[in-house]
Amino acid sequence: MATKPIKVTLNGTEHSLEVEPRLLLVHLIRENLSMTGTHIGCDTSNCGACTILLNGKSVKSCTVLAVQANGKEVTTIEGMATAEGLHPLQEGFREMHGLQCGFCTPGMIMRATELLKQNTNPTEDEIRWGISGNLCRCTGYNNIVKAIQYAASKLNGTEMPAELKEEVSAEE
Amino acid sequence: MGCKTSREIGGMGHPIKRKEDARFIQGKGKYVDDIKLPGMLYLDIVRSPYAYAKIKNINIDKAMAIPGVLAVITGKDLEKYNLHWMPTLMSDTQMVLPTDTVMYQSQEVAAVIATSRYVAADGVEAVEVDYEPMKPIMRPKKALEPDAPVLRSDKEGKKDNLIWHWETGDRDGTEKVFQNADVVVKEQIYIPRIHVVSIETCGCVADFDKVEGKLTLYMTTQAPHAIRTVLALVAGHVGLSEEKIRVISPDIGGGFGGKVPVYPGYVCAVAASVLIGQPVKWIEDRTENLQADSFARDYDMTCELAANKNGKIQALRIKTLADHGYTDAAANPSKFPAGMFSICTGSYDFDTAFTEMDAAYTNKPPGGVAYRCSFRVTEAAHAIERMVDRLALEIGKDPAQLRMENFIKKDQFPYQSALGWEYDSGDYHRALEKAMDIIGYDDLRKEQAEKRKNGELMGIGICSFTEIVGAGPSKDFDILGIKMFDSCEIRVHPTGKAIARFGTKSQGQGHETTYAQIIAEELGIPAQHIQVEEGDTDTAPYGLGTYASRSTPTAGAAAAKAARKLRKKARKIAAHLLEVSEEDLEWEPGKFSVKGAPEKAKTIQEIVFASYTNHPQGMEAGFEATHYYDPPNLTFPFGSYICVVDIDRSTGEIKIRRFIAVDDCGNIINPMIVEGQIHGGLTQGLAPAMYEELIYDDEGNILNGSLMDYLVPTAVESPKWETAKTITPSPHHPIGAKGVGESPTVGAPPAIANAIIDALSHLGVQHMDIPITPYKVWKVLNEKGAALEV
Ligand code: FES
Ligand code: FES
Repeated sequence: MATKPIKVTLNGTEHSLEVEPRLLLVHLIRENLSMTGTHIGCDTSNCGACTILLNGKSVKSCTVLAVQANGKEVTTIEGMATAEGLHPLQEGFREMHGLQCGFCTPGMIMRATELLKQNTNPTEDEIRWGISGNLCRCTGYNNIVKAIQYAASKLNGTEMPAELKEEVSAEE
Repeated sequence: MGCKTSREIGGMGHPIKRKEDARFIQGKGKYVDDIKLPGMLYLDIVRSPYAYAKIKNINIDKAMAIPGVLAVITGKDLEKYNLHWMPTLMSDTQMVLPTDTVMYQSQEVAAVIATSRYVAADGVEAVEVDYEPMKPIMRPKKALEPDAPVLRSDKEGKKDNLIWHWETGDRDGTEKVFQNADVVVKEQIYIPRIHVVSIETCGCVADFDKVEGKLTLYMTTQAPHAIRTVLALVAGHVGLSEEKIRVISPDIGGGFGGKVPVYPGYVCAVAASVLIGQPVKWIEDRTENLQADSFARDYDMTCELAANKNGKIQALRIKTLADHGYTDAAANPSKFPAGMFSICTGSYDFDTAFTEMDAAYTNKPPGGVAYRCSFRVTEAAHAIERMVDRLALEIGKDPAQLRMENFIKKDQFPYQSALGWEYDSGDYHRALEKAMDIIGYDDLRKEQAEKRKNGELMGIGICSFTEIVGAGPSKDFDILGIKMFDSCEIRVHPTGKAIARFGTKSQGQGHETTYAQIIAEELGIPAQHIQVEEGDTDTAPYGLGTYASRSTPTAGAAAAKAARKLRKKARKIAAHLLEVSEEDLEWEPGKFSVKGAPEKAKTIQEIVFASYTNHPQGMEAGFEATHYYDPPNLTFPFGSYICVVDIDRSTGEIKIRRFIAVDDCGNIINPMIVEGQIHGGLTQGLAPAMYEELIYDDEGNILNGSLMDYLVPTAVESPKWETAKTITPSPHHPIGAKGVGESPTVGAPPAIANAIIDALSHLGVQHMDIPITPYKVWKVLNEKGAALEV
């Protein structure tokens, strides 16, 4: 099959590749560029396990063609931590026990990243609606909501809800 | 719960953060689809569009003409090696690939192997299969009619579609009680076919090394050791002998029972790798996963409860019709074909019961896996908890009151149930009282009475379940003959740090943390210095895997027992080092000291070091122990859940206002993880109660075979769960724990169903089958003339 040249920046590194026009962005990331933190959980755009940031907007990378990412910036879970340490969302998921099998976690974190950019101080309800495109089968969502609240407080500098503080101060 | 160990040691009861999380939150988990080997090929599967059809011909020419397609494997190819059929967990037989007939829609028909995922999919499109469709049998009742065509004509002498009939209890005695009872209530309760939908689907990478003759199989499996043995048993004749098979279960993206069975895709990948001599990857799509992998439930139960006029329960009778699809591939590895269904007498004290069951073949996919419950316990709990509410309604008694009056009392344990189980421990009254207190039960009932006067619909539902987990004692439980013990091997290195390996396999339960805590509790070595490993059959001790909430009851016990062996050895070494006799030593977590002279002490780290550098003469050097734990009994976690719902009279919409789950899983290893397990289980209980059902039409088509139509609850549907606990240790378990992962999946559906039915009961509604959707409620409201015009 004929290929197309594309340039994609993945977590800050630019890549020039030749890809089939039908190649999905999620496969480009996982297979061609070997970053396997982004997962695949369905074939109908329902689960959100494949969520990444495309030019800062959260998208389901199973529903974007690689060629559509030409000239754009892709951020995946691997691009979240910095030299200073974990992103507050990563920290929040760990502190609040927001993950079990971890399969949905990268997608959840990427989706929440954009959510917290749009709404720096979301209510519980806004968080629940905000992640309603992402499925988790393990956690029952209670602690995912808390993880995002934790990150919101850290990012916007507001006081953490009492319920969360209790858990942070629980023993390490 | 008071902790015996310090924070630094982090033994039982400490809510320590999970050790495994570091990799998962940074995208560094290693799931099966993340594995990429040099020269790896991809396998994709041609599936049947028909539920029942003869295969007249398979033409692979066009597929083989596609550049990059290397092979197409059909049933006829496998037949040459006698690999076209395989055994199921229930010792039935299942096709790997068909040679002449397909038995369900989406059944595997051929496997295409190609150089890339995309080319393999092209190959699947190009394989031409000529089918001759036949009329499928989609309902088990139809299947058991005397003139029904025999589906499994491959089985010699098979004259009907009955797989087995099973019964337990006292048929005549039960009949007698029913004849003389003041009150008898009866309901037809159907628990539909559902699917576990772990967010990771199933798949594998089979890597056969032709030179060594060794197969390495990376596989999404909850039971790697059992898989290795099964492979050796079914493929021994083609040269796969057990020492040459290594099964590795990497990080698993959720299991819930769906990753216990062997699916044809795995076997095709193994066959392809052996054939071609290159690694072969097979990863199924979600749609394939939903349509072909093992289902759960599908029990149609006729339930009857007998009581005296005061509501004292006297007997229970259940007759079940089970739809197993075209083969019995259920995961009920025990002497009991219906697993632990006979826990159906629940939390109540009565001594007469009878249950019988017919299992039928139909043209549906095979299965009968757990969906996050111990074998068939959810079905049992749903039956009894619905029937108790039904009885309360019949005699006009409050359902909480009725439960309190019928509960087994705490001084009756160990309790012998009518159907033969010995419940280890419980305090059912306390759990329900606690749930009622937290939710404000009496006020809710008052509010409900007020609301009814105004025509508003509000319901309160209770479920006081008893689980039965930890399979299991070797006298009753095995997989194809292998007893269901589990194991732990601990090796402590000279510097006092340890690695512990297990026969189980975490799929998100947090074993890397909780097992380390058990060992920390027993040896005083900090949990953070204990590395836990599972899932590699070349290194881990033999065990039967993780499902049915069995890890803590079996492997958790093995960890404690192995650690205790080491503590014994530690005492000997300490006595040697301190030059006192063993009896003069006292243990506190992390050290032995001389009685009355606490300054004379040796830490566990010093003792371990000595075991490598200065061990007493005559004693074996080193610091290692292994234990295989065969549980003396099962464990019986329990709980009381209360759900409050409000129903919109114009749309039928059901809103869960509050849900309190009071769980008792015995002693707790890590309260944070236990709570997380409960949250997750509750949402997986909400799912079948209100959303999920796999629906088939009479032609055998699945009507909701993708996540677009099969409704997995999101964060919006899932309410904010409230949890609380009571602690009643298991008397026979080394650390008093019982297992918890599945209790909430068992307890939530009846609590929710009971709440919704309670909201509608004054309109004359006595029962509704799950999933109870807004549409079902809206229809009932219309039938009863209670719907509001919008
Ligand atoms: S993989 Fe499920 S939405 Fe992309
Ligand atoms: S943690 Fe397993 S799917 Fe979310």
